[in-house]
Amino acid sequence: MTSLTLPPTGLRFENIDKRFGGLFALRRVSLEIAPGECVVLAGRNGSGKTTLLRIAARIVRPTAGKLSFPGASTESSGNGRPGYVAHATMVYDELSAEENLVLFAKLQNVPRPAARAEELLREVGLYERRGSLIRTFSRGMRQRIAIARALVHRPSVLLFDEPATGLDPLGISWLAKTLGEINRSGCTVIMSLHGESEISALATRAVQLDAGSVVADTKSGASLHSILTFGGA
Amino acid sequence: MNLLSDTATLLGKELRTEFRSRELLTTTVVFILVVLILFSFAISPTAEESREFGPGLLWLAILFAASLMLQPCFLREQMNDTLSSLRLAVSDPFAIFLAKLIANTLFLLLTEVLMLPLFAVFYNVPILPQLHYLLLVLFLGSLGISIVGTALSAISAQARMRELLLPLLLLPLLTPILVVSATVSASLLDREPVVLWKGIGFLVVFDLVFLTALWLFGEYLLEE
Repeated sequence: MTSLTLPPTGLRFENIDKRFGGLFALRRVSLEIAPGECVVLAGRNGSGKTTLLRIAARIVRPTAGKLSFPGASTESSGNGRPGYVAHATMVYDELSAEENLVLFAKLQNVPRPAARAEELLREVGLYERRGSLIRTFSRGMRQRIAIARALVHRPSVLLFDEPATGLDPLGISWLAKTLGEINRSGCTVIMSLHGESEISALATRAVQLDAGSVVADTKSGASLHSILTFGGA
Repeated sequence: MNLLSDTATLLGKELRTEFRSRELLTTTVVFILVVLILFSFAISPTAEESREFGPGLLWLAILFAASLMLQPCFLREQMNDTLSSLRLAVSDPFAIFLAKLIANTLFLLLTEVLMLPLFAVFYNVPILPQLHYLLLVLFLGSLGISIVGTALSAISAQARMRELLLPLLLLPLLTPILVVSATVSASLLDREPVVLWKGIGFLVVFDLVFLTALWLFGEYLLEE
């Protein structure tokens, strides 16, 4: 689905603080994520998972601290940018599935945008509905197109905020298989999840957040299981 | 080069979504028609009165139509968090503003071109002799309204009282450009038309100053 054309990229969060008014969403978060890792962020609602992912996507600027992408060749352009799947679909309801993908492919200088859009539409199983407007799609179909949008520029870092939202069991299996392939190709994957699933089985590391701080960080199987099972709200 | 190609791609998206939904154009065209017809029947102005008050009324109608059009400009991007996907995709965030303000200017001009013949008929004002100058003033005025309005729409979309905030910020900032546009238009529609070049120069400077400010500080307006 997304053959990596860039050197694998990691992520480094150094003493990241994020404040919204007087409220601390993140407090001195430091994490070093190696290229090719598949990291699960776990934690209760409001623990700071989404804020951390949005900072990693560079949608939100941290109040203090530094974010860097070790190994990235061009951080600010093309496939050096992370791919990000959020709670919202981040695509236009008034455009068709194909128009959305072509739009984002063009904006990210993807060669042959129409061909790339067609390839992704086949991969996510929406080729037959390529001409339909997004507003006519079900929640699961929207989630598939959201994932396709994030992959359109073949990013070397992928950020997923609860990617299984709205997907049926078949969709979850498809997503787990797809994420596995992407991760094996060298892409760094960071995702926030609640509980264990086929998707969490891909994780090589789990980080637990609580009240904006990292409270657990493990690579070992048993601890990983414990974080995934009891870390969510 | 990236700025221009991104702007062209985003402008295509803006036009496609608008012509598909016709949400903004329908509202503004209907609004302007109602204002023009209502005032024409309520006041029944003579040709002389129309020359005097018509341009002011015309620009007032354009201002309110523009504020209707500008309100959803960035609000629509929040529905599916598409503003975030755009910010992730473009190399220069100014492309987002540039595409939106060009689209807003085009929509306003389209509304004005539909409105002008009706204005001429209902208010008995001959517009043909000075049409080219009038179109220039309409273009510069609409561009100024779109530049300021697009920037303020980005600010107000993130605020809590967004419906109130945009007109509250927009009206004082646009007062100079509206006064000058109405004055220049009035002198063009006068029995002995005069082109007020100083006024046109002011409109050009106003547009350039605010466009430069948007280019310099626009990125900060898009931040959460």
